[in-house]
Amino acid sequence: MSAYPDIVSAIGHTPLVEIARMSPKPAVRLFAKLEMANPTGSVKDRVAKALIEDLEATGRLGPDSIILEPTSGNTGIALAMIARRKGYRVALVMPDNITAERRQMADLFGAEVIDSPGALGSNGAVALAKELAAADPRYVMPYQYGNEANPRVHETTTGPEILADCPEIDAFVAGLGTGGTLMGVARYLRRAKPGVRIYAAEPLPGDAVQGLRSLEEGFVPEIFDPGMLDGKYLVSNRDAVAALRELVLREGIFAGPSCGAILVAAVRVAAAMERGTIVTLFPDGGWKYLSAGAFTRDLDEMEADLEGGVSWW
Amino acid sequence: MSVVRIPPVLRANVGGSKQIEVAGSTVGELLEGLVAAHPGLRDQLFSADGELNRFVNVYVDGQDVRYLDGKATPVEPRDELVILPAMAGGA
Repeated sequence: MSAYPDIVSAIGHTPLVEIARMSPKPAVRLFAKLEMANPTGSVKDRVAKALIEDLEATGRLGPDSIILEPTSGNTGIALAMIARRKGYRVALVMPDNITAERRQMADLFGAEVIDSPGALGSNGAVALAKELAAADPRYVMPYQYGNEANPRVHETTTGPEILADCPEIDAFVAGLGTGGTLMGVARYLRRAKPGVRIYAAEPLPGDAVQGLRSLEEGFVPEIFDPGMLDGKYLVSNRDAVAALRELVLREGIFAGPSCGAILVAAVRVAAAMERGTIVTLFPDGGWKYLSAGAFTRDLDEMEADLEGGVSWW
Repeated sequence: MSVVRIPPVLRANVGGSKQIEVAGSTVGELLEGLVAAHPGLRDQLFSADGELNRFVNVYVDGQDVRYLDGKATPVEPRDELVILPAMAGGA
C-alpha cells in the first residue's frame, strides 16, 4: 500500500461491514458503510473537503476570508480540520444544545463557535449564519444545504464505493440532514444500477426544538429533491438511541444516534422485503455523544434530553 | 377515530391542543375533518391547488405519506397521523 500525502487525502474509502445480527430475517442481508472511519470521524469529511475545494476553485477565498457555516457538529468539525491543514479561518454557527464534545473538537481545530438558539434547531443555525454572512463581507459561506458540491461528492465517491463493495445492493438507507448523501448516492445508483430503492430516515423533532413562528419559516434544503426517494421514515430519538445500544451489544459497532435512526428505518425496509440486500450508511461514531449519556443513561430519566434538550443529529 | 398529532407551530389554530381525534379512513379524510373543525388550518396545511403545503410533512405509522398514496393513504383507527413542519436537518 502507498501512503497518503496528508490527512485530507485520507478521506473516504470507508469500510462496508455486514451487520447480520441486526437483520430481522435471514433472507435480507444488511450492510453498513462506516463513515466513522474518516479522519474526523464522520461522513462530513467528504462534504467539507468538497465544499472547500469548491470555494478554492471558484476563487471565493481571499486573504481576509472566514469560512462560515451553519452546522450541528460534523460538517463544522470537518471544515475546521481541513481549514487547519490548509491554513484558512473558520467560524461555525451551532445550536447551543449540542454536546460538549462537538464544541471541543471545533475548538481544538481552531474554529470560532457562534451559538444559535437550540430551541430553533438547525433552522436557527441556518438563519443566523445567513444573517451574519450578509452583514460581513469577510464571511464566505459554502452553505452545505444549497451547494451542489455536497451531493456531487457522494455521487462521485460514496455511491461508487458502495456499488463496488456490494454489487448486489437492492436498497439504500441513509439519514436526511441536508439531503446530500441521499441525493448524491441516489443519482449514482439510479444510473449505475437502475431499480435500487432509496430510503431516508429522519428524526422526529421534539416540541422543544420546533420554535417556528409560522410554517413559512419551515425549511426544505435547496439541494433536496423529494422525487429521488422511494420512502421516508420518521424515527424518534428514543428509538434511535435504543437501536444504537443494540448495535453495540450485538455487533460491537460504536456509532452515533443518527446511525440508530437509520438502523430502525433499515429494519422496517427489511421487514417489508422477502429477500435482498440493504446497504445503510452510518454517518459517525459514538464518541461525541458519550457526555449526553447516549450509551449509559436510563431512557426514561433522559426523556427531556431525548425530546430536544440535547441536539442528537 | 384516529389520533392526529399537531405540531407546536399549528397549535394556535386548534385552541392549543397537542392532539385531536378525527374520524376518517384515509389521510385526506382525516385532514379534511381536521380542517372542518378548525378552518384556520386550511391555508396552513394546503397550497392553493389543494395539495399539501411543501413545508408540511404528514406521516402515518411513521412513514411520510408522500411516498405512500398521499391523501389516499389508508389510515386504521389505531394509526397515528403525525403532522410536522419541514425543518433543517442536523448536518
